[in-house]
Amino acid sequence: MSTTTVKPVRPWTATPKDRLMTGLSIALSVLISVVIVAVTPMKGKLAYFFIFFFAWLVLDSLFIIRKSSAKGVRDSLASKITLLGSSFVLMAVGSILWAVVYRGVKGLNIAYVTQTMRQASLFDPIGKGGILHAIFGTLLLILIAVLISVPMGILTALYLTEIKGKASGLIQFLVQAMSGVPSVVAGLFIYAAIILTTPLRASSFLGGLALTILMVPTVTRTAQEVLNLVPRDLREAGLAMGATQWKTVALVVVPAARSGLITATILGVARIAGETAPLLFTVGTFDSYNFNPFKGENTAIPVVVWRALNSGTPESVQRAWSAILVLLIVVLILFVAARALGSRTMKK
Amino acid sequence: MSVDTPAKVIPAARKITTKPRVSDQIFRGVVTTFSFSALVILSLIALFLLLQGFSTLREQGFGFITHFEWSVATDDSGKEVAHFGLQAMLVGTVVISFIALIIAVPLAVLTALFLTFYAPTSIKRILVTLIDLMAAFPSILYGLWGYFVLMPMAVYWAKLINHWFGWIYIFGVPQPIFTRSPFIAGIVLSVMIIPIITSVSREVFSQTPLDRIQAAYALGATKWGMIRAVVLPFGSGGIVGGSMLGLGRAFGETVAVFSVLNIVFRSNFQILFTQGGNVASMIIQKFGEAGKTEINALIAAGLVLFILTLLVNFAATFIVTKTVKSGR
Repeated sequence: MSTTTVKPVRPWTATPKDRLMTGLSIALSVLISVVIVAVTPMKGKLAYFFIFFFAWLVLDSLFIIRKSSAKGVRDSLASKITLLGSSFVLMAVGSILWAVVYRGVKGLNIAYVTQTMRQASLFDPIGKGGILHAIFGTLLLILIAVLISVPMGILTALYLTEIKGKASGLIQFLVQAMSGVPSVVAGLFIYAAIILTTPLRASSFLGGLALTILMVPTVTRTAQEVLNLVPRDLREAGLAMGATQWKTVALVVVPAARSGLITATILGVARIAGETAPLLFTVGTFDSYNFNPFKGENTAIPVVVWRALNSGTPESVQRAWSAILVLLIVVLILFVAARALGSRTMKK
Repeated sequence: MSVDTPAKVIPAARKITTKPRVSDQIFRGVVTTFSFSALVILSLIALFLLLQGFSTLREQGFGFITHFEWSVATDDSGKEVAHFGLQAMLVGTVVISFIALIIAVPLAVLTALFLTFYAPTSIKRILVTLIDLMAAFPSILYGLWGYFVLMPMAVYWAKLINHWFGWIYIFGVPQPIFTRSPFIAGIVLSVMIIPIITSVSREVFSQTPLDRIQAAYALGATKWGMIRAVVLPFGSGGIVGGSMLGLGRAFGETVAVFSVLNIVFRSNFQILFTQGGNVASMIIQKFGEAGKTEINALIAAGLVLFILTLLVNFAATFIVTKTVKSGR
């Protein structure tokens, strides 16, 4: 007596023939695009890309229509067009990153990150003068903004998640609206409210205040999401043990969400680290160190980039690219440091 | 055996109270006070911008929005004559933002669909990281990139469009100068708002009820059929809301637009021509050498911008919250 074993088949996987067809259609499309670019006046990388893509769409559809109906063709067309859309986005990001790294590296040297512009001007050849003062300026501004906006943001988030008072809906709405305040308006507000009406003049502190307006909504929204992820059981366990709400929040909920709250802070910092417009109204410019947040103008990397860009000589433009590369690196270092900190506190 | 039973002592019933302790009252008080910071900050912004910009608004009246002249001059008697009108800038802002939306919305929705339904996990992770990174890029970086990398390419595209479609009014140009046009500013803005629209759409798409998706598959739908019948109707609110959030960002963008746009006080609808307007960039441009009167006018312009973005954001928030709630 023989038993028949049913061999499992997978009708949906590609057969060698299908793969051959796919390969063939891609190869043919490449050929067509090369021929068309060579023969017709359409030139350039984009021409290659578009002609290849449309040839591929048509050829592959022809192959598919032999196997399945028009529905199958529409399905495959849709998947290819979403691929096209995301590859455009990818091209944009790639182009930006490539431009920063490629053009920025040329102007980077030891002097650029260890000197100030005290004894140099934007128009000096590369190798003279640097942006160390602007790095410290940016760090000082970030520190001020963090000191003000992190407590503010986390307390607002606690109100939305722990107290859930009557005004929750309204506050949620306002926080959302606040995240849309244009950065130039934040700077203009500090200028109108403080510099025009009080004897205080442009300083790091005022810049930090302007950045706070932009940072609070980001911190609040992320902190709220994180606090919502803390299981209800933990809160109820805390209350059942006889702890007051204050103790439950301070000793259970916030420690449980600590790494998430650090992430909220990081996202806030990432939001403000590159802001330029508000600083132009509130911080002024300076070409050396100024560690006094309340007195005297200061500078920051984005402002350095802004001034260098508007000067327009090849040297200053080169400085702008290098400064923006440094800014990206500073942000990246902050990210990695805070992530490491967050994961270590989680393990404890 | 008998034991002396002591007299039963019945403890007095413990008082049950729902009144929070003092520590909790303080905690709730502090948290509630701080939670109103958003309200306080927003009102302070409106108040001070209005206060400092009031003199301009009173002098110019409605002309502040409907005129397009922007000048401060001293006449023969030494009196200062000022004309401040935002019309050209407002028109320019709207034109640029719409160009940005027209480019960004299809790309962002396609990317969100690709990420949610098509991309393999490894590619998805990389792309999501890159798009998050894109959202964190400083706006001045977009300005630099737009001016030095994008502009040479975009000028070529603009010439192509002008060559083939120049007979349509908006693609025509009075003179063949294609640099620093609203078209290029629109492209830069579109790259800036793509991450916003993508992440909002992705969030809404991923909340599509699984049972509806499976029902569509069970009825024999292809993936595209499922997306068209289930995901897009469900997520349309998210797409609209995300686009409006992007629009709010586009309205308020300053530095990036300033680098790639030639700001001229004249309403211009020929998007390929090197002439445009933008409220936020104009504020930055004029601020440096502005006198007392002009600074007040710039603050009033800031107020107009603030109200405009606030309205757009209110609408966007309203639409997104409504969509997300109705899905649950």
